[in-house]
Amino acid sequence: MLLIPCPWCGPRDEAEFHYGGQAHVPYPADPSTLTDEEWARYLFFRANPRGPFAERWNHAAGCRRWFNAVRDTGTNEFLMAVDGGMLPARPGVPPLGEFEDEAPSGPTGGLGAQPPELSGRGGVGEEETQPFRLPTAPRTTPLTFTFDGTEYQGNEGDTLASALLANGVIHTGTSIKLGRPRGIFSAGPEEPNAVIQIEAPFPEPMLPATTVELYEGLVATSLPGQGRLATTPDPARYDAVHAHCDLLIVGAGPAGLAAAAAAARTGARVILADDRPELGGSLLGTGEHLDWVKSTVTYLEASPDVQLLRRTTVFGHYDDNHLLAVERRTNHLGAAAPANVSRERVWRIRARRVVLATGAHERSLAFADNDRPGVMLAASARTYIHRHGVLPGRRAVVFTTNDSAYAAALDLVAAGAEVPAIVDTRTEPGAWAERARAAGIEVLPGHAVVGTAGDARLTAVTVAPYGGEPAGVQREFAADLLLVSGGWNPVAHLFSQAGGKLRYDDAFGTFVPDSCRQAVEVAGSVTGVPDLPSVLAQGVAAASRSIEAEGYLPREPSLPTPAAQPHTPPMHVYAIPDASDTRSFVDLQRDVTVDDLARATGAGMRSVEHTKRYTTAGTANDQGKTSGLLASGIVAALLGVDISALGTTTFRPPYTPVSFAALAGRDRGALHDPIRTTALHGWHVEQGALFENVGQWKRPWYYPQAGEDMETAVLRECAAARDGVAFMDASTLGKIDVQGPDAGVFLDLLYTNMMSTLKVGMIRYGVMCRPDGMVFDDGTVIRLAQDRFLVTTTTGNAAAVLDWMEEWSQTEWPDLRVHCTSVTEQWATVALVGPRSREVLGSLAPQLAVANDDFPFMAWRETPVAGIDARVCRISFSGELAYEINVSPWEARTLWDALYEAGAPYGITPYGTETMHVLRAEKGYPIIGQDTDGTVTPQDLGMSWVVSKKKPDFIGKRSYARADNTRPDRKHLVGLLPDDPGTFLPEGTQLVADSVLPAPPVPMLGHVTSSYRSAALGRTFALALIKGGRERLGERLYAPVGDRLVPVTVASPVLFDPEGARRDG
Amino acid sequence: MADTTTLLRSPVSPLSDAAGRLAAATRASRGAIRLAELPFLTQLNVRLDAKGAAADAVGLALDLPLPLAPNTAVRAGESVALWLGPDEWLIVGPPGGERDLEARIREAAGDEPVAVTDVSAQRTTLLVTGPRARDLLAHGCALDLHPRVFGAGHCAQTTLGRTQVVLVARDEARAGFWVLVRSSFAGYLTDWLLDAATEYVEYPA
Repeated sequence: MLLIPCPWCGPRDEAEFHYGGQAHVPYPADPSTLTDEEWARYLFFRANPRGPFAERWNHAAGCRRWFNAVRDTGTNEFLMAVDGGMLPARPGVPPLGEFEDEAPSGPTGGLGAQPPELSGRGGVGEEETQPFRLPTAPRTTPLTFTFDGTEYQGNEGDTLASALLANGVIHTGTSIKLGRPRGIFSAGPEEPNAVIQIEAPFPEPMLPATTVELYEGLVATSLPGQGRLATTPDPARYDAVHAHCDLLIVGAGPAGLAAAAAAARTGARVILADDRPELGGSLLGTGEHLDWVKSTVTYLEASPDVQLLRRTTVFGHYDDNHLLAVERRTNHLGAAAPANVSRERVWRIRARRVVLATGAHERSLAFADNDRPGVMLAASARTYIHRHGVLPGRRAVVFTTNDSAYAAALDLVAAGAEVPAIVDTRTEPGAWAERARAAGIEVLPGHAVVGTAGDARLTAVTVAPYGGEPAGVQREFAADLLLVSGGWNPVAHLFSQAGGKLRYDDAFGTFVPDSCRQAVEVAGSVTGVPDLPSVLAQGVAAASRSIEAEGYLPREPSLPTPAAQPHTPPMHVYAIPDASDTRSFVDLQRDVTVDDLARATGAGMRSVEHTKRYTTAGTANDQGKTSGLLASGIVAALLGVDISALGTTTFRPPYTPVSFAALAGRDRGALHDPIRTTALHGWHVEQGALFENVGQWKRPWYYPQAGEDMETAVLRECAAARDGVAFMDASTLGKIDVQGPDAGVFLDLLYTNMMSTLKVGMIRYGVMCRPDGMVFDDGTVIRLAQDRFLVTTTTGNAAAVLDWMEEWSQTEWPDLRVHCTSVTEQWATVALVGPRSREVLGSLAPQLAVANDDFPFMAWRETPVAGIDARVCRISFSGELAYEINVSPWEARTLWDALYEAGAPYGITPYGTETMHVLRAEKGYPIIGQDTDGTVTPQDLGMSWVVSKKKPDFIGKRSYARADNTRPDRKHLVGLLPDDPGTFLPEGTQLVADSVLPAPPVPMLGHVTSSYRSAALGRTFALALIKGGRERLGERLYAPVGDRLVPVTVASPVLFDPEGARRDG
Repeated sequence: MADTTTLLRSPVSPLSDAAGRLAAATRASRGAIRLAELPFLTQLNVRLDAKGAAADAVGLALDLPLPLAPNTAVRAGESVALWLGPDEWLIVGPPGGERDLEARIREAAGDEPVAVTDVSAQRTTLLVTGPRARDLLAHGCALDLHPRVFGAGHCAQTTLGRTQVVLVARDEARAGFWVLVRSSFAGYLTDWLLDAATEYVEYPA
C-alpha cells in the first residue's frame, strides 16, 4: 500500500485517492477553434513515460482536493506533491511521562500462556511413551495427539515435529512425484518435507509439522505431497488490525532482541514480531545465553511503547514500509480456543523504520539419496535438543562444509547420542575439529557423504574422499541420523520484497542484503555474519541508527559477552558428484534433482528464473527456502559461470503461506460489501419487498402480494400508477447542493442545456456529457435561489457526479465562485404518481394550491405535507401526473405512512424499481447506464432538444462536430415491438436485417437495451440501440432468440401517450 | 383524512433501531468500550475562502474560529468546527440549531461568497469511547490513532471498514471519538463495529 502525500492531509494510504491522469493537460480555451485532430489529441492522447511523471490525484476519501504530484512510474516513489504545499510537519515528540492520561491499549500479542520457562530442567523423562525425550526436558502436562491413526503423547511447548521425534517418528510423508519416503528435515518454517494435514479440530492442509504447535487432541496425517481443503465452513473468526510504529523489528533472535532493547524506553514506538511462540530465535536452538533472553524479554514486556508480537510471521514487505504479518492467536489452544477471539489476525503495519533481523536458514547439500527420513539440517538437531528436549536420533553422522555443524555434533554427544563421524569437505577443518576429536568423535577431513541406505528411516551413511583427495576406500557408518550443513542462507525474503538488492559475498559464500531504497536496515545473520558478538552489535547499531533518524536517543542495552569462537572459513560446496545424479535432490518438496537441473541447462536455460520454471524447483509451498541457493550454485556450475553473476530467483510475498481465511478476515458476508439503505428501508422489508442492488443501495424491486410472481406484481403496480395512484421511495437519487454567485455559469458548462436561465421556483431536466460528447448522467436541476441550485443525479452516479463537479471547479475553473455539497441523505424523497396523486397530495398539504395553473409542471413549492416541512416538485418519470415530495429522512416514515393512509381510498400502491423502469420505458425515457454505455450521445438518444445551440461552449460540445459523431449510421435509441405481442426479447438480444441468418460474420444492427411487459400497452415492448434507427421506423428486423429469429418492428421510443396528455392529470 | 395532517411523531434517527444492540455491547464490554448514536446533531457544511474577510467574521459571529490547520477541530461551548478541506468546514452543534446557525453565518459573511448547507441528516454520529476505543477503530482505520498523532482536537476524513467517515478525537478527557457516517451507511458501520467488538465483549451465556 503506497502512501500518497496529500498536500493538505499528509501521507495517506493510496486507497483514499483517485487517479486523475497526466497533469498539465488544460481544457482548451476555445475548443470550437480546434481541428478534429487537435481536439482528438486533447481527448485521447496522454504521455506514458517510464520515470518521473507529473500527474493529477484527488484525495477522494479525504479532503476531496485535487493536486498535482510527480511520481516515478518505475518505482512508484512520489517525488513531489504540489498545489497547496502544506505538508504538515511531523507531530513533535513530547518527553516521556506526558501520557499518563492515555487510554491503555490493552494486552496485545498472543493470547496463550507465557512462553514456557527454559530453566528448571532435570525433570523425569517419559521414556515409556516418548523414547527420544531427553531427561533434561522440562516436565509438563502430557498432551495426547494422533498422527496417521496412532495416538502419541507430547509435551507443552512441542511442535508436532518435535513431539513426533520424541516418539521416534521421523517419517512424515511421501514425496509428491516419486513417492519416496520423507522425514522431518528442519525445525522451522523452511521445512520442505514434513508438510502435514490437520484433521481435527478443524481440517487444514499443508502445514509444516515444524511450525504446528502441539495441543491436546490434535489429529494430523502425513501427506502424499498435497492436502485437502475443508468441505465445511470454517467456524473460526479471523480479523485484521492496523498498527503504526517508529521501528518495526522483524525477528526476535539475538539481533532482534538487542535491537529492541536499544530502542525500548526511548520514546520511540517499537513493534517486535517473531514467528515463534517464544522470543530468542537461534539462541533457543543453541541453548546459549538463555538468561539474557529471559531478562531482555522481561525488560521489553515492561517497556511502554514496545509491542511484542509472538507467533507472528511478517510475510510481506510492501511500499512505504507497509508490512503485513499474520498472528496465530488461538491455533495452539486447539479445541479450547475461545470462540470470540480471532484464530488468526492480519497485522497491517506501517513502520517509519524497519530492522530486519530475520536470521538465516541452513543450506542443504546435494548428494546421492540425500532425502531419506533421518537426513536433517545440523542446526535443527540442536533446536530439538535444546528447545524441546528431544533427541532426533541415537547415532548420527554429521556432514558439513563449515564450522557450525560441529556444535551440533558436540551437543548430540553431550545429550547421550553417538556420533561415529564428522565428515568435512574441508581438508583442514581447524580448531573445531580438534574439539570434536577431544570429545571422542572421528573427524574425516576432505571427505563427503556419497550415499545413504534405509527405507522408513536412515540406516547407514557411505563416506568417500572428496575433491582433490585420491579416491580411496569408501566407508559405511551405521546411523539413524545424518546431519547436513552446506552453509547458511540469509533470510533476505522481506528485504528483497522491499526492493532491496542482494549481492554475493565471497567470504560467506551466499547472497546477502546490499542496498534498499526504503528505510530498512538488516542486522544479525541475515547479513551473513556468523558470530554472535557481531550479530548482537549489528542489532544495537541498526536500531540505534533507525530511531536516531526519527529523533530519539537510543539506549545502551545490556548484552551477553559470548566467548570468542575459533573460525575456519567455510568451503562453498553445493553438490557432491555422483555417477547417477537422479537421486541427488535439490528441492525435496518438488522432487527436483541435480539431474533435472542438468536437463534444464541442457535444454538451453541460462537463468535461474528459467530453470525454476523448467524444473519447478523452488515453486512448492516452502518456496525453496532450503533449496534456492543450492539450485543457483548447481546451475552456475552446470553453466560454468560464477554464482555471483547468476544470482537468485525473485522473492515475492508471502514469505510463508497465509490462508485465504486470514486474508479475508472479517470481510465476509454482510461485511464484505456495505449496503446502503434509505430511511424507509424498514417499511419495505416489513412489506415483503424484494430488493434490487443499485450501486451499494438496496432499492425495493417490487412488492409481491400473496401468490404473485414478479410479472403479475409489476403489471399490478404499473396499472395502479397509470390508473390510480402509486408511490415509491426515490430517496436514493443523488442530490448535490450547488451554491455561489457563479453557480448558474458553472452548471451551464457542465450540462448540455442552459441552466442559468432557469427561474427560481422552477425545475429543468438536464444531461451531462463527457468531453467526448457521450452521455454521462442526467437528472433534474432545481433553482432554489438566485445563487443556489439543487442538482439530482442517477442513483448509481451520485458520487461520480460530485467528483466530476469538484474536478472541473478545482482544476479548470477555480475562479468560478461555486461550491458543491452532497445532500443525498439530507433528504428523503417519495415519488407520488398517477392520475389521483393530486387528490392525495391535496388532502395532506392544505396550504398548497395544487391546481395545475397554481402548481404547474416543472415547478417546486415549499409547504407542509402531513405536517412535515417539505419541498414538493412537480416532475414525472412516468408521463403521469406526479410529484416528488422531499422531507427530512427523520420524518420520512411519518410522511410515508400519511401518504399510505391518505391514498387508501384511491388504492394507493407502493411500487419498486421494476415498475419505475416499465413506466419510463413506455415513455421512451432512457436510463443512463442501461440504455447507454458510454458510447451514446444525446443526439443518439433522440434528445437533440436538450443540447443548447446558444451556449458558446459546454463539456462535450466540441465532440458533436467530430466526424464519427455525425455519421448517419450511428446507433439511435428506438422502440421495438415484437410482432407477437406476447414474445419477450431478452435484454442484450442482437438485431439483424434478414429473416434468415446469412453465413458469418452476420452484420449486427444493434441490440436490445431494455425490455418489458406493459400493462398500459397490453403487450411486450423493448428499447434498442439500432444503427440509423430513426430512419428505420416501421421497418421489420429480426431478433435471434435461442434458435428462433423473432420478427420485430422498429417504432418510436415513445410508445405510450405520445402527446403527453397525461402529465397534468 | 384531515387527522393525518396533524399526526406528528418523533423524528426517527438512522440508528434508532440499533440503540439496543449498541447498549448491549457497551454493557457486555464491562467498561472497555462504549458505543452509542448521538442522533440529530446540527451539522452545517460551510465553504468560504479561508483567506477572505468572511472567515474571521464567521468565526467571530459563532465565537468559534474556523480551524486553518488541516485535520484539526476547534471547540467552543457545545459547538465544534471541523476542518474538512482548505475552504470547507463542518460545524457541529446540539440538535435543532441549524436554522439559527445558518442565518448567523450568512449574516456574518455579508457580501462575501459563502456556501452554507444544512447536512444535519446527511450523516449521523456514533460515539466510540472507552479504553479499547482506539483498538476497536484500528480494526478498520488505516490512520495512526495514537494519542501523540491523533490526539484531542484532531479530525480526519478517512475510511473505516469499507465506508467513508469523519473521525473526530474529542477533546474532553476520555471522551473518545465521534464517527460521523453517511446515514445510508450507518447500519453497515454499526454491524461492522459490533462485529469488531466481539473480542472486547462477553455476553452472558
